[in-house]
Amino acid sequence: MPPRGPREELPIDLPEVSPVREMPDERGHFGPYGGVFVAETLIAALDALKARYLACRDDPAFIAEFERELTHYVGRPSPVYHAERWSRELGGAQIYLKREDLNHTGAHKINNCIGQALVARSMGKRRVIAETGAGQHGVAAATVAARFGMECIVYMGSEDVRRQAQNVYRMGLLGATVVPVESGSKTLKDALNEAMRDWVTNVDTTFYIIGTVAGPHPYPMMVRDFQSVIGRECLTQMPELAGRQPDMVIACVGGGSNAMGIFHPYLAHPGVELVGVEAAGEGLATGHHAASLCAGRPGILHGNRTYLLQDANGQIIETHSISAGLDYPGVGPEHAWLKDSGRARYVAVTDDDALAAFHACCRIEGIIPALESAHALAWAARIAPTLARDRILLVNLSGRGDKDMATVAERSAARH
Amino acid sequence: MNRIDAAFARQRAAGRAVLIPYVTAGDPSLAATSDIIDSMVRAGADVIELGVPFSDPMADGPVIQRAAERALANGVSLRDVLALAAEVRLRHPSLPLVLMGYANPIEAIGEAAFAEAAQRAGVDGVIVVDDPPEEAGDFTALLRRHGIATIFLVAPTTPPERMETIAKLATGYVYYVSLKGVTGAGHLDTGDVATHVAEIRRHVALPVGVGFGIRDAASAQAIARHADAVVIGSRIIAEIEGGEARDAAARAGAWLSTIRRALDTMPAVEPAAAARAH
Repeated sequence: MPPRGPREELPIDLPEVSPVREMPDERGHFGPYGGVFVAETLIAALDALKARYLACRDDPAFIAEFERELTHYVGRPSPVYHAERWSRELGGAQIYLKREDLNHTGAHKINNCIGQALVARSMGKRRVIAETGAGQHGVAAATVAARFGMECIVYMGSEDVRRQAQNVYRMGLLGATVVPVESGSKTLKDALNEAMRDWVTNVDTTFYIIGTVAGPHPYPMMVRDFQSVIGRECLTQMPELAGRQPDMVIACVGGGSNAMGIFHPYLAHPGVELVGVEAAGEGLATGHHAASLCAGRPGILHGNRTYLLQDANGQIIETHSISAGLDYPGVGPEHAWLKDSGRARYVAVTDDDALAAFHACCRIEGIIPALESAHALAWAARIAPTLARDRILLVNLSGRGDKDMATVAERSAARH
Repeated sequence: MNRIDAAFARQRAAGRAVLIPYVTAGDPSLAATSDIIDSMVRAGADVIELGVPFSDPMADGPVIQRAAERALANGVSLRDVLALAAEVRLRHPSLPLVLMGYANPIEAIGEAAFAEAAQRAGVDGVIVVDDPPEEAGDFTALLRRHGIATIFLVAPTTPPERMETIAKLATGYVYYVSLKGVTGAGHLDTGDVATHVAEIRRHVALPVGVGFGIRDAASAQAIARHADAVVIGSRIIAEIEGGEARDAAARAGAWLSTIRRALDTMPAVEPAAAARAH
């Protein structure tokens, strides 16, 4: 075990005094970001959702059921694992992995889907819809819909349907209907547009399970709350395993739900540095990337104001990442606020660097990470050698890489 | 009196419904849009809603999505739409022009710069689909200072107390979205529209336009029995995309004139005036 650092005396349960922790305001604003930028038809549904969610959040029976599902269905708590061999090889800071890849369905997405399915059930909704990019959120939504006996429709860009055939098949096995979206760039953002169109049409009967900490209020707050179980577990696990809290928490950021989930409980621990890792694709300079915080500017899309990848005229531009789950032109509004406030720092990692970290993690630790999570691993691998051996990096290993076999194989074949 | 109020007053005096066609600017080209507007004015359009293309039109059905995609493929920006409005304004000094679109292209220009440019171009009103009253307060005040009407949507899901909030911010007319769904959807229920329009009139003193799902003379007439204005978008775009680009203006005008005729030959009831009498 590495020597204890200077911050071991930090209490685990700090009172929620930081203004950052009290976000968002009543109408869903994180500073200038967030809000409710949707067409009038959806306002009443969002108001009803907000009221019901706030009631659920304070209801001990709801919380108990959520925790029961997380324990017995998802398999929580997920372990924290000290990647000792990799840390030794890198010769610097100690890398710890939060193993969200070991959850049922193989990623953190299920935490949020369980929570939203319980809210949906309490609202009497029997039909749920979801958007998906890589298919992980779609699979998680299809899974909980099966678990709770709900009809499930998943919107997926036709380009992603082609790239992620295995997840499409999984969703079918789980009883969901996958609807390929042919509009726009035929990827995640267009799937989101189409899910919104479904919701506006079937608003009386349908619950929209948004997969990330974006969208109109209350989604960014609600998804963050459900995902915060990740960081809360770490607050307990890190002192047990490493003797103290980490110096830095690192997570990949597409929409940003796994990052928000692990960051949020650490916001009140000012000594813990928070680093979000975006997809730099082929490099920020090439324009072929998905790094909205690093290279975008604020705008309005999908119900909230946040950093967006857009052209000079405010049109959303197509993104690129080897990882379909990071391939999104926006980001959750709380990340936008954390960036501006300086509480979190955002960096970007290229496809090539993510792949290198993917392979290193496979070979050295015997863990096949999702390509999304490989971006966070790549950043950890880059900075670990520059830090002392008693420094601790906690990386959110947000998902497993089984879904990425074809992508990695294709890429490797192209190289050789 | 501004051009929107004048158009509603004129048609109310004549006992006729106001006819508001929507067309996406730049589809199939900016020059064609200009011709289409001329043609629709000749066919009896009272107000033009000029759609500003956006890459992610979440409230629109497939027809208007396609129109936006074609316009964007032509490189059409909000600045181009403002230039088009200015050009149309020269030919049609009294025609009310309303821009309809999404928030982000306006954000990209900047709200203040947009308000100034829109005023200079002779724009009379603005509808921002994804900027509801909760978020629109400052922008609404800004547009009003520039003499531009702020037109808000009211939906079948809008509760009465919210109509009061909308009434405080809205000018020009309110746009009642006739159904739960996207533009051009096919499940219009005119009985439902009648009930909702009556409810809106209890809270909002402005004229009520109704759109989404009006596709022929019969549905236009049915709506006009209850509303002050009939808004038609997807059906016109279907005419525009349904043949040679060079004849698009003629097709749009010819189709719209059938609606104009239907509205003007309705049995002589004056629903708007009657409803307002109470």
